[in-house]
Amino acid sequence: MRLPVPLLAGIVILSVLLLCALAPGLVAPYDPLAFDYTALQQPPGTQHPFGTDQFGRDILSRTIAAATIDLQIALLATVIPLVVGTMIGLVIGYYGGWPDILFGRLVDLVVTFPFLVLVIAIVAVLGPGLGNMYIAVSVIGWVFYARLTRGEVMVLRHHDYVSAARVLGYSDPRILLRHILPNAARPVLVYWMTDMSLVILLGSSLGYLGLGAQPPTAEWGVLIADGKNLFTQAWWISVFPGFAIVLCGIGFSLVGDGLADLLDVKR
Amino acid sequence: MSRAGMVGARVAQIVPTILLIGVVVFVLARLLPGDPVSAMLGDRATDEAVNRLRAQMGFDAPIWTQFVLFIGHAVRGDLGNSIAYRVPVLRLVGERLPVTLMLTGLATLLALLMAVPLAIVSATSAGRWPDYVIRAVFQVGLSSPIFYVGLIMLTVFAAGLRWFPVGGYGAGFVEHLYHLLLPAAALALSFSAVIMRNLRAALLDVLQAEFVDFAVAKGLRRRVVMLRHVLRNAGISTVALVGLHVGSLLGGAVITESVFAVPGVGRLMIDSIFARDYPVIQALTLVLAVLVSLAFLATDLLQIWLDPRIAR
Repeated sequence: MRLPVPLLAGIVILSVLLLCALAPGLVAPYDPLAFDYTALQQPPGTQHPFGTDQFGRDILSRTIAAATIDLQIALLATVIPLVVGTMIGLVIGYYGGWPDILFGRLVDLVVTFPFLVLVIAIVAVLGPGLGNMYIAVSVIGWVFYARLTRGEVMVLRHHDYVSAARVLGYSDPRILLRHILPNAARPVLVYWMTDMSLVILLGSSLGYLGLGAQPPTAEWGVLIADGKNLFTQAWWISVFPGFAIVLCGIGFSLVGDGLADLLDVKR
Repeated sequence: MSRAGMVGARVAQIVPTILLIGVVVFVLARLLPGDPVSAMLGDRATDEAVNRLRAQMGFDAPIWTQFVLFIGHAVRGDLGNSIAYRVPVLRLVGERLPVTLMLTGLATLLALLMAVPLAIVSATSAGRWPDYVIRAVFQVGLSSPIFYVGLIMLTVFAAGLRWFPVGGYGAGFVEHLYHLLLPAAALALSFSAVIMRNLRAALLDVLQAEFVDFAVAKGLRRRVVMLRHVLRNAGISTVALVGLHVGSLLGGAVITESVFAVPGVGRLMIDSIFARDYPVIQALTLVLAVLVSLAFLATDLLQIWLDPRIAR
């Protein structure tokens, strides 16, 4: 099977970032934490392609090292909503009844809160930090996966193959997991890609504001905040970590759009 | 259902929604680590003082009574006092909210100005290079965090070229507008990408419709067909989209205001987190959620008005 070019490009971008995240030591030219007092605040050049910060740390190496944290955010902040939300959506969509009505009210309620404001309010209660950010995002995020899965299941449960499975006497869990889930999973998978890019934007924003990853943890948003006061003298400290965020977002979008086309998912 | 009945039913829905928002905010406030009273009095307060203030603030009452009191006070506009500023929270919010509303309003306007013409160009040239270029540029916009775009704009246009002030809000309407233009542009970028994506898809859909072929066959000019027939039909979904995105726009305003030092409710919220000013955080969460639910209401009503088919 030939993959379309945009999807392939997205997979290449994400693979490069994943390599940076899994083995930063292999890719990075310098130790991201090593001070070098002979090369303070150097502009981009042959020695340091992305320049150095006020302590002489190599920006390229720091950007690469931060991929570990940011891709970890993409995964950890979405995996619980993905699994829990999909399961709840399956059950609610299949059985309906009062839990469905209750869930409808919950969705109406959750969407009235600006997502970022609610996350910030929860982080305010729990205290700043990455762990608390995962909790805040998970507490709200599952609702969107559940809503999506529920909608799919509501359509799928009337299909002939589901009735056939029921006539054959298969148990409900078996019908839900073996027959309905594989068909309902495609739009969820596509949404997961979008969600991961959104969560990286959210995580880096909170990092920038001082509410997410805490310095000295290397995270793209934190790196950008590190350089913000030096921006007029040494723009490269903040600009290059930002490139990484943009690149990552483009990677997830290309893969998401490509998958949507490939799996014939309407958005 | 008749149109009037539908409008009435939709307006009535807002009451339980706002009540539920109140429940969530109340529960969130109850989950606070420690006790707001000890946060107010500090570590060295005596037990006696803490108990007196607890009784005074009603924290010794059963949880249900507390909830009823909270709702009762909120309805009368009493959201407590700010710990950091020592003034009623509502006054603080009242001072800051117009700034945020102006910022988000301006951002919406800028987003539409960028997105609508380019969506038309993109849809009419679908599959050719203008379409690819426009979509690629907006894809970058969609993937760029607001604080990053803001920081770059601030450095280039305010600190470097000195076309705009570096921060603040100024005095008087014209100066407000001038101060908010750059932050609004930063906030508008990703929003315009969302609008452009949606409107392009809607335009492509409508362009397939038979009445478009008919209008062209009738001899109408392309421009007239595009603006009067196609855009008008595709635009309804854009109206809905803008309404649904009021929440994310307000969330984005929180970040924008922090980057550009704009004295709106977003910056107040971030400042309050670091100052542990819980009554303010609680009030802002409540006010912003109520604002979004009102925006949803307005969107639904606007749609009923724009598209008579909905009422049938």
